[in-house]
Amino acid sequence: MPKINLTKINRERWNRFRANKRGYISLYLFGFLFFITLFSELIANDKPLLIYYDASFYCPLVKEYAETQFGGEFEAPADYKDPYVIKLINEKGWMITPLIPFSYNTINYYLEGPAPSPPSRTNWLGTDDRGRDVMARLLYGFRISVLFGLTLTLCSSAIGIMAGAVQGYYGGSIDIFGQRFIEIWSSLPTLFLLIILSSVVQPNFWWLLGITLMFGWMSLVGVVRAEFLRGRNFEYVTAAKALGLSDAKIIFRHVLPNAMVASITFMPFILGGSITTLTSLDFLGFGLPVGSPSLGELLAQGKANMQAPWLGLSAFILLSLMFSLLVFIGEGVRDAFDPRKVY
Amino acid sequence: MNETILTIQNLSVSFKMGTRITKAVEKVDLVLKKGETLALVGESGSGKTVTAMSILRLLPQSAIYPSGTIEFGQKNCLTISDEEIRKIRGNKVGIIFQQPMTSLNPLHRIGKQLKESIFLHQHTSNSAADERALLWLKRVGLKNPLNKLSSFPHQLSGGERQRVMIAMALINEPDILIADEPTTALDVTVQAQILDLIRDLQDEMGMAILFITHDLTIVRRIADRVTVMKDGRIVETDLPETLFNAPAHTYTRLLIDSEPKGGPDPANEEDAILVKVEHLKVWFPIQKGILRKTVDHVKAVDDISFTIKKGHTLGIVGESGSGKSTTGFAILKLNNSQGEIILGDNNLNDMDKNQIRQLRKRMQIIFQDPFGSLNPRMSVSQIIGEGLNVHYPGLTPDQEENEIITVMEKVGLDPETRQRYPNEFSGGQHQRIAIARALILKPEFMVLDEPTSSLDRSVQFQVLELLKKLQKEFRLTYIFISHDLKVVKSLCHDIVVMKDGVIVEAGDSDKIFSHPEHDYTRQLIATAFQDQPS
Repeated sequence: MPKINLTKINRERWNRFRANKRGYISLYLFGFLFFITLFSELIANDKPLLIYYDASFYCPLVKEYAETQFGGEFEAPADYKDPYVIKLINEKGWMITPLIPFSYNTINYYLEGPAPSPPSRTNWLGTDDRGRDVMARLLYGFRISVLFGLTLTLCSSAIGIMAGAVQGYYGGSIDIFGQRFIEIWSSLPTLFLLIILSSVVQPNFWWLLGITLMFGWMSLVGVVRAEFLRGRNFEYVTAAKALGLSDAKIIFRHVLPNAMVASITFMPFILGGSITTLTSLDFLGFGLPVGSPSLGELLAQGKANMQAPWLGLSAFILLSLMFSLLVFIGEGVRDAFDPRKVY
Repeated sequence: MNETILTIQNLSVSFKMGTRITKAVEKVDLVLKKGETLALVGESGSGKTVTAMSILRLLPQSAIYPSGTIEFGQKNCLTISDEEIRKIRGNKVGIIFQQPMTSLNPLHRIGKQLKESIFLHQHTSNSAADERALLWLKRVGLKNPLNKLSSFPHQLSGGERQRVMIAMALINEPDILIADEPTTALDVTVQAQILDLIRDLQDEMGMAILFITHDLTIVRRIADRVTVMKDGRIVETDLPETLFNAPAHTYTRLLIDSEPKGGPDPANEEDAILVKVEHLKVWFPIQKGILRKTVDHVKAVDDISFTIKKGHTLGIVGESGSGKSTTGFAILKLNNSQGEIILGDNNLNDMDKNQIRQLRKRMQIIFQDPFGSLNPRMSVSQIIGEGLNVHYPGLTPDQEENEIITVMEKVGLDPETRQRYPNEFSGGQHQRIAIARALILKPEFMVLDEPTSSLDRSVQFQVLELLKKLQKEFRLTYIFISHDLKVVKSLCHDIVVMKDGVIVEAGDSDKIFSHPEHDYTRQLIATAFQDQPS
């Protein structure tokens, strides 16, 4: 089975990766941050995690309860930040609030000064210009950025590898026309298309993903195509042809594994690039819909509110941390796949 | 003459991969005297190249030297600074590599590359360097040297490139020349010329040569002393006459005795014709202009015809570029051709891709580079069984496993090793795996494209014996493509001699070897058998 050999080669690669302390630590740190933010709802939320009221449990994260459930007067959904509701619940039970009692879109109406307000006990990193908690927005923003980046990286790599594989393997006119198409396609101005699009539809996560994917899948084509141009002349590929294997089998079993090393080496950098794309679109205001937790939007707010440096600074620090980690991981991966590297 | 210029004492070299340490060379002692040629002989993996490379510290970073000294000019090459070793490289010690194709930079002109090594070690004017480069191109016997000075490497033939490499190695008049299998990649006739050239230059300049090779024929021709290496250790060192006549060590004896001998097993002249090739042409178009109009053709194979009888072996002989491999590939429809290729009663050139695919189990191929033809990511049983899935899709996994085990036993591989990966096997075993992969489809006809030329002599011998045994057992028909006439003689019933895409001579093997009619055939035979008392 191929796994045995892969683990053998890969174990060596893993050892090489681990020998690069900076990359290894970065991977752990990034993984840890990403894992934490996956559970943002449990960490930063304006709803309590659990309520014990009148001898029964309530879980507002899963189900919406009306105020009347807790003895209030309105049929409207309970606002757990309202001192009146808090008082009602605490009279007949208790509730567990998350570490940060704000969601990304919770507006803190009980600010001491005008928004954006500086860091305080309740808002650790202050609030933005609409009174929303910066810490909560960073958490959610990090998550959406990485998720967007990961999806975009995986999809664009898949398309790019396919396109490169077909062009490199068959060569000839497929290759020539494919290459010319890519040249023309990659010179289309993505940003203008997005601006035009945003005046027609309200771009959401999937719209953005689709558009950036349409114009971003070319990054791996060149590398994979080159590997295939080289790989299709290997003797074991000719041997497979002589055995009578179909083209698809030859591509997947015999040539593609050679191209994977180069592709995987590139992936952390493509991930970084994808995140940058989203952030810059958000910064320009053509990104995620208004109100979404986005790091680019926070940066834009920082630029608009120079008197509130905590906005720009926290977004800047988080972004630079994230990109540094990704670059370090990428360096580690690159070295790990270099068999001549001594460790 | 007897002054020692290089002393290697107790040298050990290991390669470090993480915590794993692989020993490559162990406790080697060598002495190189002024003006002599020391041949370092051994099979691949015996540590001969590693030993030579450590003189100039050209090994990768992962190399470590647990013990030993390399004394050259009162200095220990292993401990001096990088600065000092650079002064020795290319200046005091020149080196020629095995692959003339890849040791020259394809982007720079020959003249520039030659001058580079002059400027590195000497302060001369550009014009003086030009003159010197030109002089050296003349000295290494290149025709039209002035023209060659401004040529790019790809415009030169293999032999010419190796001459340029020699000029580069010697242009600073070094005390030692390390020649690492300088002729292995070249054709036999060119090999002989290069060896003569090295000899002549040595007489002229009096440098010492450390000649690394696995070819004992060359050793006989060129060496003053011979050192035999095996598994990183020196087995014996002696004068060539003593060594060849009375080898002290069993390993040396094995090396000497493993020259291919004998002839093919007799075949019946009345056998039916299995493969018939008529007016086969492989022309590669030369296209020019934006519209890619075909202006001319490279005639790799130009109108050749021959037949092979069932159970016979046809040898196709010729130098590189003669079109012999192209012919083999064309017969198996691995490249496009015109003409008739008839296997049994199918004309392959009239069939479409799918029909050919069906036929592939009847015709198989063995390649020159045994390791290169095996996918390093697949286990041996996957490699051997791959064709079964295509041509015998009805087999259960158990039956498949049985087939694989049977065929592995047939080719002399231990079936217990079938879950291992190619890199855990030796060159000879790789070739056995490749043979098993072809054999499992039960072919009638096999093209053997130089199947032994990248193997060590002793292993070559075993592989040839295996091929003969299988031919007898399964009545296989072979096309044996080779430039090595000794091997051809021991295996082939009929021979076709090719030159520049056409057949210059064809006929019965015995007849051609005893009475070659064409000049070219005579020349080939003369160079191949010159060292043997016939």
